[in-house]
Amino acid sequence: MDGKYVKYRLGKSYGFQSLVYLLAFACIVPLLAILFYIIRAGITKINWHFLVNIPKPVGESGGGIANALVGSIIIILVAAVIAVPIGILAGVYLSEHRKGRLAYWCRLSTDILQGVPSIVIGIVAYFWLVRPWDIGFIHHRGGFSALSGSVALAIMMLPIIVRSTEETLKLLPDSLREAALALGMPFHRVMFKVIIPVGISGILSGIMLSVARITGETAPLLFTAFGNPYLSVNIGKPMQSLPLLIFNYATSPYQDWLNLAWGASLILLVWVLFLNIFTKVITRKWKVQF
Amino acid sequence: MESTILKSRNFNASFGTNHVVKNVNIDIPRNHIIAVMGPSGCGKTTYLRCINRMHELIPGATSNGEMKLNDEDVYQMHPIFVRLKIGMVFQRPNPFPNLSIYDNVIAGYKLNGIKLPKGERDGIVERSLTKVALWKEVKDSLNKKGSFLSGGQQQRLCIARTVAMEPEMILFDEPTSALDPISTSTVEELFHELKANYTLVIVTHNMQQAARVSDKTAFFYMGELVEYDETKIMFTNPKDNRTQNYITGRFS
Amino acid sequence: MITRSDIPLRVINSSPEAILKAKKRTKRSFRQIRTENVFRHTLTIMGLIMVILVLGIMLTLAWQSRLSISTLGPKYLWSKVWDPVQDIYGAWPFLLGTLLTSFLALIISVPFSVSVAIFLGEYHPKGWLPDFLKNAVELIAAVPSVIYGFWALEVLVPYVRKFESAIGVEPVGVGIFSSSLILAVMIIPYAASLGRSMISLVPSHLKEAAYALGATRWEVIRTVVLPYTKSGLFAGILLSLGRALGETMAVTMVIGNTSLIPKNIFAPGNTMASVIANEFTEADKPVYLSALIELGLVLFLVTVVINLIGKKIIDRFTND
Repeated sequence: MDGKYVKYRLGKSYGFQSLVYLLAFACIVPLLAILFYIIRAGITKINWHFLVNIPKPVGESGGGIANALVGSIIIILVAAVIAVPIGILAGVYLSEHRKGRLAYWCRLSTDILQGVPSIVIGIVAYFWLVRPWDIGFIHHRGGFSALSGSVALAIMMLPIIVRSTEETLKLLPDSLREAALALGMPFHRVMFKVIIPVGISGILSGIMLSVARITGETAPLLFTAFGNPYLSVNIGKPMQSLPLLIFNYATSPYQDWLNLAWGASLILLVWVLFLNIFTKVITRKWKVQF
Repeated sequence: MESTILKSRNFNASFGTNHVVKNVNIDIPRNHIIAVMGPSGCGKTTYLRCINRMHELIPGATSNGEMKLNDEDVYQMHPIFVRLKIGMVFQRPNPFPNLSIYDNVIAGYKLNGIKLPKGERDGIVERSLTKVALWKEVKDSLNKKGSFLSGGQQQRLCIARTVAMEPEMILFDEPTSALDPISTSTVEELFHELKANYTLVIVTHNMQQAARVSDKTAFFYMGELVEYDETKIMFTNPKDNRTQNYITGRFS
Repeated sequence: MITRSDIPLRVINSSPEAILKAKKRTKRSFRQIRTENVFRHTLTIMGLIMVILVLGIMLTLAWQSRLSISTLGPKYLWSKVWDPVQDIYGAWPFLLGTLLTSFLALIISVPFSVSVAIFLGEYHPKGWLPDFLKNAVELIAAVPSVIYGFWALEVLVPYVRKFESAIGVEPVGVGIFSSSLILAVMIIPYAASLGRSMISLVPSHLKEAAYALGATRWEVIRTVVLPYTKSGLFAGILLSLGRALGETMAVTMVIGNTSLIPKNIFAPGNTMASVIANEFTEADKPVYLSALIELGLVLFLVTVVINLIGKKIIDRFTND
């Protein structure tokens, strides 16, 4: 064998390896840059005043993001209340029916829903809930509302919850179901008392991830929750949320508003990262050992 | 004359087009131990799972024929009733991993939502664990998770869980095949104790076990019930050639 | 169906209290059975809801864009002028903008995401450093897009502007190029994580066979790992593309929002998603609104097709 040729091939191999290392770790650079920049720009804006006040009109300095914080929490909670039960039960349905026509279509729909751009869901929620409509005896007055925003976000949460519930429950051994059924347990009790508690870590992590995902969603809220410069807790009325506030103020020309947007970005970022890390922790901690 | 607890006539079971249990006729007497043996794939486990209607849980599984518990057709009753009356212990120990030992024993009550006063609950737990000879070993660790026990202990815990429901029959699906020899012998000793109150049907592919523990033995081959008789007769003087071949080890 | 006469009320040692107890238990069980049936139906309804939801989305989009489809016809998609004031609607600038940003982003991000996939799947599957990289890449997907947009607007765009004046094009800063850069970062995780799991599925006996013939690590990757996983990597890239096409906020904030056909990749433009975000609440004429919704319908159909193809490839890959 020609030693030189082997050396050349080895050199090529090492060269390629270095390139892969370089490119792989280069991915972290923009992430770090963003984290660094947001923290540096945001940290000086955040204080107690910032958290408990609502934005001031143009020209006055100060002001806070209390309306957006409260709004985000309310919108997300309502979305979770809508999506969690439907998502878990649909996931249970899929894990119980591995075959079958409805299960096939349901699975396909979940896949489709997962890829639908958020702006499209915003449009649809607008037509379902914001536009007034009339069918015979039901008159829907419509109007921008936090509830319509929650519905849009709930639609985005559903596929994540359904899939994680299905995947978690599918991995549980059949012996668990059989043990429960052999004790004469009815099907719903087998599910609620045995299967779901044992798979709770996977299901919870799906819920947390879906919450993390919708927390930063702006596009579906543009035509639904719409935004509101004042503090509102009425889910039938327009409501501010953190990402909406960031979008509106970040694209404004006023320095005070930009400052608010930086502070809000940091809070949103911390919130989302915290949810992601927390999810990892509970998945590990609550995992039931066999 | 002993009374018959379970009677099946012309009983068939299949998975889709695969006919695995063919025309089985059997009478099981009360308070006896029945061993069901046969080479693997002979339909013995499927037949056992038909008795308490676990078979139908598998997609595509069907069955027909007569299966009567105390003269009542099992297939006319709701499966929940059937399974409350006919308990089952599986091949691999399967305690509920999220429940403590205590809760595992009364799982049938707790998870079915039957509320019992604490005294009664404690009584059931102690009695059931004593019956399976586990009480002494675990009485100080009742609040630990069931999955911390050894394999043999887990299997006895599963038997205790079944016994706690006070069924009339208990089905065992190769209950010792996942256990070490010592645990196997403790479980086998248990069978004799349990016979006083329950009727036991034990599926096993281990002939020695069938000979050791049972009063009557059924031999399944290729989905058919070939022979069913007193264990002594089966192992000393079988009528059918196939049984003869099986017990002398000519095929397994 | 069971009736009350079917109750197996046989208690062996029939003391009065034993019978009472058995009766109670039977009654309970009947309640349980009813709940069981209700529960089964509920599950089916929930499964149905998912299907109805997707059908509902599709039908709503189709119904609301009927006006635009019937008055503007199919040539709407390749008409080059978008001027709602004059009632002229052509979607081509947005289709072109979407295609340009998405594919440019894909070209920029693929070397990086494939490198992450190879690093995590082949070179270092375990250890604290790969764990760190894996978590960091997952975090890229977790950062909200509005934050990417804001950061890009404040930090990235000035640099792009400098770069543009250095190479002698009009230094606008915002535009197709900036959007593609930020999109490229955002879509790295999708191809990377799928690629990683595909690469770790390569059977080790295949790699060992190549090593036994004296192949170097790079040769094993090139001749065994990459060919084996190419359909999986392709699916990952498709999923990334699906993300890029539908991404709204970050793009809206840095693309410059003009409805003119971009002259080059540094020019400002608009994508389908960004024009919807910008003009939906301002659309004051029925045809205008309807034309925007038709864009949404196109976006929906395109992403659905891309995602389904990607999923099909993944399914086929993991089932083999």
